[in-house]
Amino acid sequence: MQFLFRYANPAQFMRLSDMLLPFLAAATLLAFAVGLYLGLTVPPDYQQGDSVRIMFLHVPAATAATTVYGAITICSILSLVWRHPLSDTAARAAAPFGALFTALGLVTGAIWGKPMWGTYWVWDARLTSFLLLLFIYFGYMALWNAIEDEVKAARAAAILALVGAVNIPIIKFSVDWWNTLHQGESIISGHLAPVFLAPLLVMMLAYLLLFATLWTVRIRTAILERRARSLMQGGI
Amino acid sequence: MISSLAAEKLACARGERRLFDGLSFTVKAGQALAVEGANGAGKTSLLRLLAGLLTPFAGRVVVRTAQGDSDDAETRARLVGWLGHLDGLKPQMTVREQLAFYAHLYGVAADDALLEQVNLARQADLPCRYLSAGQKRRLALARLLVSNRPLWLLDEPFAALDSAGQALVAQLMARHCGQGGIVIAATHDPLGLGNESLTL
Amino acid sequence: MSPFVTLLLRDLKLAARGGGSAALALAFFALVATLVPLGVGADLNLLARVAGGVLWVGAVLAALLSLDRLFQGDFEDGSLELIACSPLPLELAALAKILAHWLATGLALTLLSPLLALMFNLPGDATLMLFVSLLVGTPAVSAVGAIGASLTLSLKRGGLILPLIILPLLVPAVIFGAGAVSAVLDGIPGGGALGLLAAFSGASVLLSPFAAAACVRLNLSS
Repeated sequence: MQFLFRYANPAQFMRLSDMLLPFLAAATLLAFAVGLYLGLTVPPDYQQGDSVRIMFLHVPAATAATTVYGAITICSILSLVWRHPLSDTAARAAAPFGALFTALGLVTGAIWGKPMWGTYWVWDARLTSFLLLLFIYFGYMALWNAIEDEVKAARAAAILALVGAVNIPIIKFSVDWWNTLHQGESIISGHLAPVFLAPLLVMMLAYLLLFATLWTVRIRTAILERRARSLMQGGI
Repeated sequence: MISSLAAEKLACARGERRLFDGLSFTVKAGQALAVEGANGAGKTSLLRLLAGLLTPFAGRVVVRTAQGDSDDAETRARLVGWLGHLDGLKPQMTVREQLAFYAHLYGVAADDALLEQVNLARQADLPCRYLSAGQKRRLALARLLVSNRPLWLLDEPFAALDSAGQALVAQLMARHCGQGGIVIAATHDPLGLGNESLTL
Repeated sequence: MSPFVTLLLRDLKLAARGGGSAALALAFFALVATLVPLGVGADLNLLARVAGGVLWVGAVLAALLSLDRLFQGDFEDGSLELIACSPLPLELAALAKILAHWLATGLALTLLSPLLALMFNLPGDATLMLFVSLLVGTPAVSAVGAIGASLTLSLKRGGLILPLIILPLLVPAVIFGAGAVSAVLDGIPGGGALGLLAAFSGASVLLSPFAAAACVRLNLSS
């Protein structure tokens, strides 16, 4: 805990992120370059042909979306239990990225599904769970925006995030159950050929690095905005 | 029964603004404290803090009872008789029903005789929507009496009352202190209780 | 009379006298049940197939209507702070209000459902399952709704955010509830779905008072 609290100080965070940001950005670009290269050069799937390459955009987006929610959950716990001051800012900053990754996952999933199913949407269990996750992100962001008192908004949003965290596995379970009931389709059937694993893992890393980079930038911006505001208030 | 309440270096913030800082005072059983100050100075916030509804930015509040000392907000809340700006009355419920609700909620028997004391006996079966502002306040006083709590926290207790009503409030406060209770009131008017006063 | 029962009875009394929001929920439920056939056509076989889902969704939306007022009224007139100072823990107070909301809304909707099922040409055994599933599942709507109500307390336009927050959380109830009805329609026993629904409902009712009380405290302290 002491380790974390050392970086709770916004000034410390700014200094730390000043150092890390260039590396994060460079690593992100590198990972995307390698990942996209591997993704485009891997041999096509014997069943799905070239359209399988969408998987390298879709699956990492999906895992990134759930990872972001995990990050928000951890930040919310830190905020509620230990009153870690920067965690509120971090949670709020992360949410739009989670929503974007979820939306990206939905779009790429639909594009991937079209050649297989003939239509863009067939209520596949994973995509349906994803759609619900998108709504959960919207609700979370809406709550932050609706409550004017920032401290209250932070607490309320943290509680909502935790309620969501408990519920999301239940929702996922119920959607899977619903899907088997109605004999739905699925994009990913069976296991992955090992040759696909490398590009997939690299792309997952790339997405996570992208999130880490953009998230850091967004937290820094939030800290700077708050500084600017208190300077303006003090100067009256 | 409460023997004393001590505030130790209380600090309270509203948003970014610090309302008060390093506030310390003690009130013993049978004493009253008037909290004065301009509007927005933090009188209501201080009362809510003492009631356990608000958490202080810094400092603590210690109450001494027969069970010992406690600085826990939940425990303190159970000792509080609260009279805030809002009356807590439902328009659709009658005076008698409203009083009975709060009595049972606070774990005491309902007592219609209290309505006599606050001069609302005739309105016992009148729905609260038909009460005047002064009558609503007096019903709130009856609620305060029925709850039988030792620590009275009153926010502008004389507001909305005519001179008879204000005399009633003063009389009830004096009686409460006489019985060993504590009264802490935010007010612009003097309490007339030979009390201490605190300005924010 | 214990403080819990006192609060429960008061809320029921207020619901009975309070301008008929329970009746409003029933009317809304019936309207939804009327609109859907107007929208999808009066093919009785189709309607029987969708009845479980449509009526479940309709019941959830109807129960939602009065949720934003769950804590709002007491918050606005100062009753909530008095309840907070009472010997009744806020978690139990929240549970009492959830129970009152269910009795006044969810239960009423459940009792109306067989009549609406008739309009959808739902056979008898499926109608029974619909009734039972709503009986078991609507407490979850009140419970999860209470979390949303406490989060959006004191928001002026809170009523708009509340459905956005809690509808995703209620998906399991809709899936299991409607699933139970579909199962019976298909000739398979709906017990599994009903069991899952009961578990979800039970967990919601047990756990949501804690979240709701935390949010109420948050709002009282500002």
